[in-house]
Amino acid sequence: MKADNPLLEYLLRLGDNCLILGHRLSEWVGHAPAIEEELAIANVALDLIGQGRLWLTLAGQVEGKGRDEDKLAYLRDAGEFRNLLLAEQPNGDFAQTMARQFYFDAWHYLLLRELTQCKDARVAEVAAKASKEVAYHLRRSSDWVMILGDGTNESHKRMQAAIDDLWTYTGEMFEMDDVDHALLSQGIAFDLARLREPWLHHVSGILTEATLELPQPGWAQRGGRRGVHSEHLGFLLAEMQFLQRAYPNATW
Amino acid sequence: MRPGNVAAVRPSVVTPTQPTVEQSWDWLREVPDPEIPVISVVDLGIVRDVRWEREAAGERLVVTVTPTYSGCPATSVISSDIKTALQQRGIDALRIETRISPPWTTDWMSEAGRQRLREFGIAPPVHTAGAIFPLKQLSSSRIPIECPHCGSANTARVSEFGSTPCKAQYQCRDCLEPFDYIKCI
Repeated sequence: MKADNPLLEYLLRLGDNCLILGHRLSEWVGHAPAIEEELAIANVALDLIGQGRLWLTLAGQVEGKGRDEDKLAYLRDAGEFRNLLLAEQPNGDFAQTMARQFYFDAWHYLLLRELTQCKDARVAEVAAKASKEVAYHLRRSSDWVMILGDGTNESHKRMQAAIDDLWTYTGEMFEMDDVDHALLSQGIAFDLARLREPWLHHVSGILTEATLELPQPGWAQRGGRRGVHSEHLGFLLAEMQFLQRAYPNATW
Repeated sequence: MRPGNVAAVRPSVVTPTQPTVEQSWDWLREVPDPEIPVISVVDLGIVRDVRWEREAAGERLVVTVTPTYSGCPATSVISSDIKTALQQRGIDALRIETRISPPWTTDWMSEAGRQRLREFGIAPPVHTAGAIFPLKQLSSSRIPIECPHCGSANTARVSEFGSTPCKAQYQCRDCLEPFDYIKCI
């Protein structure tokens, strides 16, 4: 994929991952199995939406066409979103939500740690702030994978099913394309393939503790990073963007 | 200070001379955190700098604030509370500047603030920043959090996240009271 402005593309990817996953998590509010978990999910959602806001604000500045974070969040259609397919997958049951979070958090944490060394100070600053929050996200999602995996027969079965189902979306996290390569040469991005080994190390370590099986390598679904999404994103946006679409420019 | 007090306060505190930076810090020490009103925004460590800047139109007081968590909804309330408090003291040439680097850490919370949290029933952070290593053995980095009600170290974590982004939920196994703990970050 050729991009006129690779840094803009890169920032949209970072921001959209946070925004879309944050919105997904917010769908649990009012439906979580326990009040403590409802609060926890809402807090993780809040962190991610806050981080998404920081990235998208920066994206708007880099683009220089007067789009702020709200315009980017509420006035783009599905094909213009750059999040990973994993982030937009439906919540499913609690195990599905936790497996999605676990895969994402482990990658997100490693990614942000790398980006704290970014040559672009604006990127490094947001990464430093966000990585502290994401450390807690990862600790929590890793805990839940262990609790449910090494829990009852039912929770074990559901956790293994979730880990297996979502595995196909993890390959996309480590792929390099033209955007990454263009920024790699400028010292802004880094080689995403480098994250695979530490990611796998953490994931397989937790799965072993959880008495769960690591899925076999297989076909990887891809496309989110260049705007080719699953059908789920459109429904998510229909809800998230409803107000601005129905009442353009509404503020309060 | 509630907005309703503005009219009562304004006439007596407006001074013709420019307040010093030290004086401004003292006033900021009276601005409570909107979520945890027992501590001030200064105790919380989010006011990073206060300075006068010379501009074409005269001097302007610049207050640098750093957000606690990226998505904390209190951040904008804090900025507006700071603005209101200083305007009530007669400072109208005022700018709030947001700075995210270096990121806020609970290490910046004052000792006095920590003590007031304890008295209020919230356990202050016990680790220093950087003590969370999520990729290492998960349980080994956890040290006991003391119950702010009875002082017992026999407590259990209920959830890593609580009623605000900065808190976790705990329960004391001795006095059985639930309590909030400010996570170190």
